[in-house]
Order: sequence, then C-alpha cells, then structure tokens
Amino acid sequence: MEARILESRKKQVYEKGQAPFELECNKNSLAGAVSQRACVFCGSRVVLYPIADALHLVHGPVGCAAYTWDIRGALSSGPELHRLSFTTDLQEKDIIFGGEKKLYQALMELIDRHSPKAAFVYSTCIVGIIGDDLQSVCKKVADLKGIPVIPVQSEGFKGNKRAGYSAACNAMFTLVGSGDTAGISPVSVNILGDFNLAGETWIIKNYYRQMGVEVVACITGDGRVDELKRCHGAALNLVQCSGATIELAKMMKEKYSIPFKRVSYFGIEDMSRALYDTAEFFKDIDPDVMKRTTELVRGEIKVLQPALKQYRQDLEGKKAAIYVGGAFKAFSLIKCFRHLGMKVELVGSQTGTEEEYQEMAEMCDPGTVIVDDSNPAELAHFIKEKDVDIFVGGVKERPIAYKLGVGFCDHNHERKEALEGYIGMLNFAKEVHSTVMSPVWQFTPRRAEKHAQSSKGE
Amino acid sequence: MLNQVKENKMRGGPDPYISTTNACKLCTPLGACIAFKGVEGCVPFLHGSQGCATYMRRYIISHYREPVDIASSSLGENDAIYGGGPNLMQGLLNVMDKYQPGLMGVASTCLTETIGDDMPMIVRQFRKEFENMDIPEIVMVSTPSYSGTHMQGFHAAVHALVTQLVKKSADHGGINIFPGLVSPEDIRYVKQICCDYELDAVILPDFSETLDGAIKEDLEMIPSGGTPVSSIKSMGGAKMSIELGLCADQKLSSSICLEKEHNVPAHRVLMPVGLRATDKFMDILSQASGKDMPRNHELERGRLIDAYVDSHKYIFGKKCVVYGEEDLVAGLTSFLVEMGAHPVMVATGGKSKVFEQSIKEVCQGMLSYSPATLSGVDFYQIVEQAEELKPDFIVGNSKGYRIAARKWNIPLIRVGFPVHDRVGASRIRHIGYSGAHELLIRIVNSLLDKKQTDSGVGYGYM
Ligand code: SF4
Ligand code: SF4
Repeated sequence: MEARILESRKKQVYEKGQAPFELECNKNSLAGAVSQRACVFCGSRVVLYPIADALHLVHGPVGCAAYTWDIRGALSSGPELHRLSFTTDLQEKDIIFGGEKKLYQALMELIDRHSPKAAFVYSTCIVGIIGDDLQSVCKKVADLKGIPVIPVQSEGFKGNKRAGYSAACNAMFTLVGSGDTAGISPVSVNILGDFNLAGETWIIKNYYRQMGVEVVACITGDGRVDELKRCHGAALNLVQCSGATIELAKMMKEKYSIPFKRVSYFGIEDMSRALYDTAEFFKDIDPDVMKRTTELVRGEIKVLQPALKQYRQDLEGKKAAIYVGGAFKAFSLIKCFRHLGMKVELVGSQTGTEEEYQEMAEMCDPGTVIVDDSNPAELAHFIKEKDVDIFVGGVKERPIAYKLGVGFCDHNHERKEALEGYIGMLNFAKEVHSTVMSPVWQFTPRRAEKHAQSSKGE
Repeated sequence: MLNQVKENKMRGGPDPYISTTNACKLCTPLGACIAFKGVEGCVPFLHGSQGCATYMRRYIISHYREPVDIASSSLGENDAIYGGGPNLMQGLLNVMDKYQPGLMGVASTCLTETIGDDMPMIVRQFRKEFENMDIPEIVMVSTPSYSGTHMQGFHAAVHALVTQLVKKSADHGGINIFPGLVSPEDIRYVKQICCDYELDAVILPDFSETLDGAIKEDLEMIPSGGTPVSSIKSMGGAKMSIELGLCADQKLSSSICLEKEHNVPAHRVLMPVGLRATDKFMDILSQASGKDMPRNHELERGRLIDAYVDSHKYIFGKKCVVYGEEDLVAGLTSFLVEMGAHPVMVATGGKSKVFEQSIKEVCQGMLSYSPATLSGVDFYQIVEQAEELKPDFIVGNSKGYRIAARKWNIPLIRVGFPVHDRVGASRIRHIGYSGAHELLIRIVNSLLDKKQTDSGVGYGYM
C-alpha cells in the first residue's frame, strides 16, 4: 500500500524529537482526503443529544437525522426522548418554497405529542442555503407552547466539529439562568462535558456525593432542561471534554462569576486529580471534604491496584496508537497506557488545538508521532511503521486496525462499557487485555510470520 | 384472523404526519456509495460538505465492518456561496494522488444540488485542465436526498455506471445481472449459481469482496474485487439482463436502459426470496443457458420444500410485520406467505409506485386478505399501525429492534440493511432456495426459542 502523506497535510504531522514542536491544526479538512471528521451539525448534536427530556428536531433532509439516530450510548435515568430521531425530512418542494412552514408544523405536532421540556432545532447545510429563518419560527412556537424552543445554528459546512460545540454552548446558554436556584448547597458543582456513555456520569456523580459535594447539573450526560436552567446556582464548573463545553463554562464565568476547572475522569491519576482539585476548591467552606476525598480515593485505588496488576503482567512493553476526537482525552489515554506498562507510539485527534498538541508533545516519549485530522491511509501507515499492538479510536478506525491484524479499543461515543472512574480504568484494562492478548492475531497474515518466528525463538 | 385487522388500517394509509420520527429509509447518496463500492478500483466521492461523507462512512462501516473510504469535496462556507467547483477538482486530484483509483464515482448531495453546482460541467473542465494526466474514469450521479431514498440513490448510481460506461459491444453471449441491494453473501451465491449454469455473468454492482473482504498481508487502499470497468463496458453485448427486483423506477432501471440503448432483452423479476420467486429466477437462467436446473439446485429446492413441510405447524398463522427496502420486502413477503405465516403489515420508507401491486401479487392465492401495505412511512407510523395487530414476530433491518424486542417482546429476524447490532450482516443469505432455507431456520427457531423461554414448564422435545 502507498504510504504517502499528502503534501498539503505534511504540517499536520509531527514526530517528537524532530526539530522544535510545530503543528498545524484547526484547518478545514482537505477535499478528497477522506477525513475522519464530521461537521458542525455533528458537533452540536454530540453535545446536546444527551439532554433527555428535550425534543431534538433536525431541520433538514432525512440523512442528517437518520445517521444520528441513537448512535451514542448516552443513557438517561428517566425520560428517553433523546433517543428518537426527529426530522422535518425536507422534500423538493420545501427546498424550492422554503421549509419554515413545515418546520413550524412539525414542531407543533411533536411538542403536542411528546410534551418536552424544551426543543432544540438543528439547522443543517441545506437550511443554511435556503435561508429558513429558524429564529422566528422557534420564537413563534415558544410563545404558543410556553416552552423554550432553541435554534441551534449548526449548518454543517460552516466550519468543523468545533464550531458545532460552540453552537451547542450558545444554545444551552439561553437556558442557563432561567430557573430557581434556591436550596443549592454552597458546596456544589456542575459536571460539564460528560455524556453518560454506559452510565459514566452516574459513576462520577456518585464519587462527588460521597465527598459531600452536590451535583446541580449534568451537562449534558443524563441531562435535564430544568437542571440547565438552574445550573448557575452551582459554586464550581468541572469541565471534561473541554473542546465541547468549555465555552459554556467561560460564558457562565463571565455572567455568573462561576469559576471552572478542567478535569478528566479517565485513568487513575486524572480521576484522582479531578476529585482532589474539587476538594481543594471547597476545603475552606467544608473543612472535612479533603478527608472524605482521600478516603474515597484510597479505598478505590486499594481495590483497583491488585486487579490491574494481573493485566499489566501481560501487557508490559506492548505498543499502542491513539486517534480520538478530542485531544484532552488523548492525554488521559497516554497515562492509562503507562499504567499498563505500555508505550504510546502514535497519538492524534480530529479537533485538537495548538496548545493541546504542544502539551501532548511534552507528555510523549521521543519518536512518538502526533497527527491532526488524519485519514485512513496515514493511520494505516503509522500503525504498520510503529508495529503497534492496539489502536484506540472510533467506529471508522476499527476496520483499519482489524485488517492490519491489530487489536482495537472503542473509545468514542458508542462505547457500551464505562471507561471513566476507577471502575472504568479496570474496564479499560480488561478491554485492552482482551484484544491485545487474543490469539486471533497470530492468524492474520501480516503478523502470522512474525508470530511464527518469535514462537520459534522462545 | 382477518377480523383482527381493522378494515381502515388495511385500506387507508396512516395519518399524514408532518414530522418524521425514526425514518425507515436513508439518504440518496448513501445508496450511491454502496453501489459504487461494487465496482473494481472505485473510490466513491461525495460532492458536498464533509459531514455527509463521514456520517455515511460510519453508517456503512457499522453494517459491513469493513473499511469504507468515501472521499468528500469538503465544502466550506465560501464554497457553498461561490460554488464547489474548485473543491471538487482539488478533491479529485487528491484522490487520484492517494488512491490511484480506476474509477471515481461522484455523487452529489443535498447541498451541491441546491447551490446548483453543475457537476458534468465541472468534470468536463477538470478533464480539460488536466488532460496531460492519466485521469481515471469518472462517473457522476445526481442524488439529492430531498427527492428519494437510499434505494433510489443505489439504482441511480448503477444506472449512471451503465449509461456512462457501456459501449457498443459485439455479442459475447454472457448475461448481465443487477442484483440490487442484497448482501455480499447473496452476490457470492448468485455468482455460484451462474457458475453452476455455466453462464458468464457480469454482476453489477458486485461488492461481495469489496465490502466483505478477507484479511490480507496489508490493508488495501482500495479493496480488491468489484465489477471490472471493462466488464461494465461490455454489458451492451450480453444476451440478456436480469434485474432482481421490480420496484426501481422505470427511468432508473438499468436492464430497461440496456434494452433501449443496446437491444439487450430485459428480464425484471421479483427479488428471488422463497420458492416461487427463485423458481422464476432459475427459469430465466435455464433459458439463458439452455440447461436444466443443475442437480445441486434441484436438491436444494427439494430440501427447501421438505423444510417447509417439517416446520409448517410452527409458523402457520403467525402474524408478522415486514419492513425495509421495497424489493426486499416484496421478496420476503412472498416467502413468508409460502411458509404459511401471515404478514399483517408490510412497510417501507420508500415511495415506489409498484410496491403495493407487488405485495398484492405475491399474496394472491396464498392469503385470504391483503396485508396493510404502507409506503413512505417511518417507524413511528409502523408502530402506531402495527401495535393493535399484535404481531408474533417482525422481519427487517436492526432498526426495528426497539419496537420488536423492547416494546413488544417478540423476535426480530434481522435481514437487509442495516444490521448494526449483530455481527455477520454480510453473511446473511436472503435469496435463492438455500437463502430461503436459512431464513426459515432462523425464523422458526426464533419462534420455538421464544415459546420455550416463555413456557412455565420447559420442555426438551418439540
Ligand atoms: S445533507 Fe443530504 S446527503 Fe448529506 S447527510 Fe443530509 S440528507 Fe444525506
Ligand atoms: S448536510 Fe451538512 S449538516 Fe448534514 S451531515 Fe452533511 S455536512 Fe452535516
């Protein structure tokens, strides 16, 4: 297979140790490059999707909605309106005469049918082109139905996934501040940028509860409209997946003076750091919070360590490649692999910023390759060159790894196993172990010979 | 039985809703991409913004579990305003550079249709500008999603391949088969049948390898397999074309196109699911080859009838709902009524004009009523209409899981596209005697399984 990097993409690949750090990012994807990225709409859909008691109506032709029907494992402890796929399914005549009337009727119909707490209306590429006035339709329906009806300006072509995150934050911010904050504890937080995949938010929420910290709103995993409305009553915002929700945190800081901290719930260090940082923040108003946190962390690690050890024995020295949506998640993954005694050879993301890549470069060992907005050809090239044992990515990356006879861990929004928290670290180790140690790779042609040689040598 | 199916539910369609909830269809370019994947050396290319291509890749990959590269012209805001021509040209160059494709299958999207990009003109300009380069074949298809479903996109792409590639060709005595959107296993099976009849067949598209490939030494940038472009070019010299499925619009029917343009007689048959439809398919193959049905197929046919007999009691009168693409649904319905099952509702998100008629015909003489036949519906309407019919099982793609298994606690027999919640979608055989036999086993055993599980006492014999 040809393993060339397209000339115009060369600046988006960096190998640690070569020259000083320099990496181009946040560019539009190159035409014809088969990017792994989606669009603005995708970004906003990811963030808002888990708000379970809202209606999510995609204003556009059928595809945009159909492809995002329940594809993410964001669980709800109550209503599940978010798991349905609503669309105006625009037809030719709507394109010609405009889709506002259809949008209005569809909204009225769906709100009557489901009585949601709020409605989000996503605009797609074509709506941007035909120029439907979402604002006015939403306003009209909101007035009639007495619920917030919020336009999400997410025309796919207006940038990349990141722009979609902003659109989502803007949409959510219209809700913030409209609810009653009475009774909220001074020791309270909002969880931002967690999507409750496989119930992960519940794990995190439970830790905070044990620490004596009230969680006012989960934004957006297991999300509720009413929580969003009153989340400005919390004392602190904890932002995971910063690409997605940090803008909301910034807006809340500006308007409501709520400070925020960046956290990650993946891996032992980052998980513990997230809890300790929170405790640190509240220690003046709640002198016992640090003690409770220490107990919690110690207790969890005590259980976790021996269990991890078993996996580490097998995994020591194996090599990993990481390609995920956001760069921040990649940091945690690098640390997770270190815990398992593994070496990270390639790390990349779809939407990292320059500072994030810089930080990444500092964390990595010399020789590690760092890529922005990569594509199948490049990823395959590096997987082979670095001869890795496992690849961490999403659905589109999975077959690339498998065809090359390499293990795979699904670390995207479709995962069914919780990977956050201490239990998540264990699940992660288990999953990595079950793929890296599987006997099947010895039968794949690319690795069969090597396997035969190494077993002869033993 | 008939009384339970309310008259109005059977005759009138569902209430016309403005909104769509859980669509029972996908968008047009997705079908085109799958069709293009069945051509040797082809890289599908969507002219539109990046998101569409990425979403479709993800969707197709989840079903086939294979790498699926779909290039995009990745239009940004300025391109959407000033036209996507430069991006399309740049994108084609980049694909040529990186993939060295034999063919680029370019499909438009809603966006580029709406801004009015003239793809043929852009491509003409491209050919002129880069005439010194070795430019592969470029086939274009117009696939606005606001006027069709993925099936129309599929047919339109195959049709585009035929109209844009087929040349005048000397008679070569082979045949053409347009299998429609079946599984890779189905396509392999069609090849085997043709081989058994000693027929030289060009199958278009043929994604039996490209979307269900073996693991090899290296990842192939473009998976091997697919209908060779040279074979497509020669389709005009075939002695007949067989198109599986009747629901494609005449204008998009590739067999009719070849008949008109190149005098290749067209045979359009029901998708050969079950005994009767397969008999018809085999008859045509006998006609084409001048041979009787090969013995192994005779035996399979006999075994299928034997299996019908063995299991008839467990299936007779069982009510079912069938949904999916028009042609597959028509074929499945034909098969289900042969087994003695009672389809109470058959539904599709498509709007083929002949769908209802096809269903009527396959049920003729087998059922005392016609099942409620709904087209252009979504899953919300399917549930609403089917709920009171209390089906015993449902047959369709995995998107019906939430209604069948979760809501009604009845078996869902996964067939067609997409199957996202099980492995092995590519290996499901739907067509031919042996396909029917495999489906029969799955259906009857699912019913037995449910009975056994639900039973208070449990039993070890049936
Ligand atoms: S814009 Fe059209 S082509 Fe693109 S995903 Fe949506 S429906 Fe499909
Ligand atoms: S049409 Fe636009 S919004 Fe919809 S999937 Fe394509 S790029 Fe995204």
